[in-house]
Amino acid sequence: MELFAHQILSGLATGGIYACMALAIVMIYQAIHHLNFAQGEMAMFSTFIAWQLIEWGFPYWIAFFLTIAISFVGGVVIERTVFKPLHRAPVLAHIVAFIALFAIFNSLAGFIWDFTIKSFPTPFGQQSLFGSGLISAHDTGMIVVTLVLLGLLFLFFRHTRIGLAMRAAASNPDSARLVGVRVGWMIALGWGMAAAIGAVAGMLIAPVVFLEPNMMLAILIYGFAGAVVGGLISPGGAVIGGFAVGVVENLAGTYVPVVGQEMKLTIALALIVAVLMFKPTGLFGARLVTRV
Amino acid sequence: MTGPMTGTLLEVSGLEAWYGRIQALFGLDFTVADGGVTTLLGANGAGKTTTLRALCGMIRSAGTARLGGTDLTGRATEDIVRLGVAHVPQGRGTFTAMTVEENLQLGAMTRRDMRAIAEDIERAYAYFPRLAERRRQQAGTLSGGEQQMLAISRAMMLKPRLMLLDEPSFGLAPLIVEELFSILSRLKAEENLSMLIVEQNAALALEIADEAYLIETGRMVMSGPARDIGQDENVRRAYLGY
Repeated sequence: MELFAHQILSGLATGGIYACMALAIVMIYQAIHHLNFAQGEMAMFSTFIAWQLIEWGFPYWIAFFLTIAISFVGGVVIERTVFKPLHRAPVLAHIVAFIALFAIFNSLAGFIWDFTIKSFPTPFGQQSLFGSGLISAHDTGMIVVTLVLLGLLFLFFRHTRIGLAMRAAASNPDSARLVGVRVGWMIALGWGMAAAIGAVAGMLIAPVVFLEPNMMLAILIYGFAGAVVGGLISPGGAVIGGFAVGVVENLAGTYVPVVGQEMKLTIALALIVAVLMFKPTGLFGARLVTRV
Repeated sequence: MTGPMTGTLLEVSGLEAWYGRIQALFGLDFTVADGGVTTLLGANGAGKTTTLRALCGMIRSAGTARLGGTDLTGRATEDIVRLGVAHVPQGRGTFTAMTVEENLQLGAMTRRDMRAIAEDIERAYAYFPRLAERRRQQAGTLSGGEQQMLAISRAMMLKPRLMLLDEPSFGLAPLIVEELFSILSRLKAEENLSMLIVEQNAALALEIADEAYLIETGRMVMSGPARDIGQDENVRRAYLGY
């Protein structure tokens, strides 16, 4: 029983990271209707920036928030320079651009910081929380930080005017323009926020998976799985999907003998295929009721 | 200088517009008086909606369209809106996933006077009490007539100098249409709202309008005071059905 509780909790901890990645993917998908394959590499690059700042002697939390700010600006710049000109380009052009970004960030990180595995500090410590053995301090920190982040995002989108404008720009860009919303900038803002969310996910997961240019590869697939389970167009669904994927992955790895630790990623991929085959709208992507 | 009509608000001359490579408008000239209502009449496909879309920078256009002293042509839609042009589009442009109240707040997105915005939302509810009952409801669940009321209210939230209305009666029951146009008349009288209305229901549009223009295949074929146009033999036979 204690093993079960332990697995659920640590599933929630990694699930929070998947939820962040899923949310980042959904935010960009809602704005430009394409899946950003480079989301994971952008997060990895952000994490390297944080590592570099810490190496230079910045305290952890200052490096943490500085990295979020840098990532936000980076996300906006990527949208303005790469994807704004591609606005009306066909799907394949977008896919090529995403692959290019993926390759650029991956090799650039390897070029600057080389491919050796680095350890990344945790501000929470790796000891067991309250000595119970149930959950580590870092896992607890991960859950708390992701919940705070998700709560802030919820408040931002529900209760601020700019959040309202971003939702309007994503759901109905033509009408949004007609009320004076600068749709292009809202999309750029969405990219900035997605990059910032990814940075948080990267910095939180780095102490667990260790820092190297390919660290986000699997995380991104789990994130995709979370986004697909949630229905791709629902931020709330993506978050729940992310947490669900984390728990399912952990339980399957522990209790299903064939799966084990090596086959966990297969679970995520199988989940994506299964959802797309049997319920393509995901759990929360159901069509809105509309009368005309 | 007597009455509310003291001058010209919108002066359009030589307006041309294209859908891709296909030209849809061939040099339209018309005006909207300050505090007045102008209507564009014409059959399906004549270019009425195109004219409104061209004025709002939603399609490629040429010519001039002066609002006050400012030329609208060549500007981005968002900038034209910020100059005080509110467009009630065909299909109503409802933000379906949001509440009625959020739709109204979006209408005031270009304004910063938070207290006045709250007052104007209440004013919109006073004009359209049915929206007040549904303020927390998802806008996509409203009936067609209610969504049209919402679209007009959303446009009013801009505090527009000019409102463009694209087929406000489209697909609505006669009773609702009557209610809608009586409120538009009130907005004209009480808020001194200037309007450019595109309508297939010519009789209705001529009732509220001061000036009327008749468009055929992207060209202006007749213009004059709404009263005179309504009495023209050809217009009556072709568009009014008697």
